[in-house]
Amino acid sequence: MRCTKCRGQEACLEVRRHNAAFCEACFLEFFRDQVARAIERHKMFRRDEPVLVAVSGGKDSLALWDVLLDLGYDATGFYIGLGIPGYSEPSREKCEAFAAQRGARLIVTDLESEYGLGIAATAQRTMRTPCSACGLSKRYLFNKVAQEHGFRVVATGHNLDDEAATLFGNVLRWQTGYLGRQAPVLAEEDGFIRKVKPLYRLAEREMAAYCVLRGIDYIVDECPMSKGAKSLLFKDVLNQLEAVSPGTKQSFLFGFLEKAQPLFEEHEEVELRPCGQCGQPTTAELCAFCRLRAEVAQPKRRRGRGGKAARAPRDGTPEPATAASALPLVSPES
Amino acid sequence: MRVLLRHPERREIEIAGRRRVGELLAELGLQPEAYLVIRGNRLLTRDAQLEETDTIEVRPVVSGGAR
Repeated sequence: MRCTKCRGQEACLEVRRHNAAFCEACFLEFFRDQVARAIERHKMFRRDEPVLVAVSGGKDSLALWDVLLDLGYDATGFYIGLGIPGYSEPSREKCEAFAAQRGARLIVTDLESEYGLGIAATAQRTMRTPCSACGLSKRYLFNKVAQEHGFRVVATGHNLDDEAATLFGNVLRWQTGYLGRQAPVLAEEDGFIRKVKPLYRLAEREMAAYCVLRGIDYIVDECPMSKGAKSLLFKDVLNQLEAVSPGTKQSFLFGFLEKAQPLFEEHEEVELRPCGQCGQPTTAELCAFCRLRAEVAQPKRRRGRGGKAARAPRDGTPEPATAASALPLVSPES
Repeated sequence: MRVLLRHPERREIEIAGRRRVGELLAELGLQPEAYLVIRGNRLLTRDAQLEETDTIEVRPVVSGGAR
């Protein structure tokens, strides 16, 4: 099929929700345009504002880093070594190779050696699931490291499929707190820096296509500790709907952001204070990250996944799923 | 044609005959939104013709959990 934009070249990718098929050049232009539009429409960051890009070595975060550099932004990568055997090492190598190739700056933190919280070990010694410990640690470190290095904004590689699946999961269980906080931009407040998702207008398939066309070497295999994560199920269901009715994911997400998200925003005053140990914002004496470190340092016998976990104070950490819940909670920031 | 698949685990299969990309995905029971089909370093649309001598990769694009 021919490119529907330039009508000259052979198309290499269909984007059915836009009634389009693009050749390589037109697709790359479309991709950059969608990112630029997201940044401008939501005032994600200014031209002169350095951006910290959370990178995992996967297609989304490396595509994000690449397109931001291409668009002329001052984008520094930030990689967290999660301590997952057979996965963390190759992931970090992808980020380092990308940084070297682009002449970009990469900050690297290691959860195990710096904080004693490697995910594989933490999951064995605490009541948190690996995904819960991972999400908590990443959110904490994005904030802390960004502040330490003088960044005022962190960008993550969440794409259209991620956001639609998160929304879907939260609607199924009417998680109104999370629904109120799902947006392409979370403003700076009370010690939490601004968090943005510049890729939210682009589908997952377009991320992979962008990386292939740009020659970006990313890690294709999934995290081995994430087996059975419900996000895959939600994505499968949405893709089935998308196959029958192209544009479903986009109208679901964009319609929510435009018409429904403001209705769920909570305006209650939450009292945040600096953690007594690390100074990061929390509602409790110690933040969830410091509590997790303390728990790992003194291992208890695991009660197994059927037990009800203690309710964690609100500091951006989702509550772990309980045996009573049919579906796990899906934080929009995970 | 040789088809490299990546999930549930990395494997290669041999398929006889020519067919279009869309037909191949349908035969393999794969959702087009969830995969890229790559021949060499080129992306293929669903109408692209696959030959018996081709080697292609059917790459999953959905992330967020191991299957």
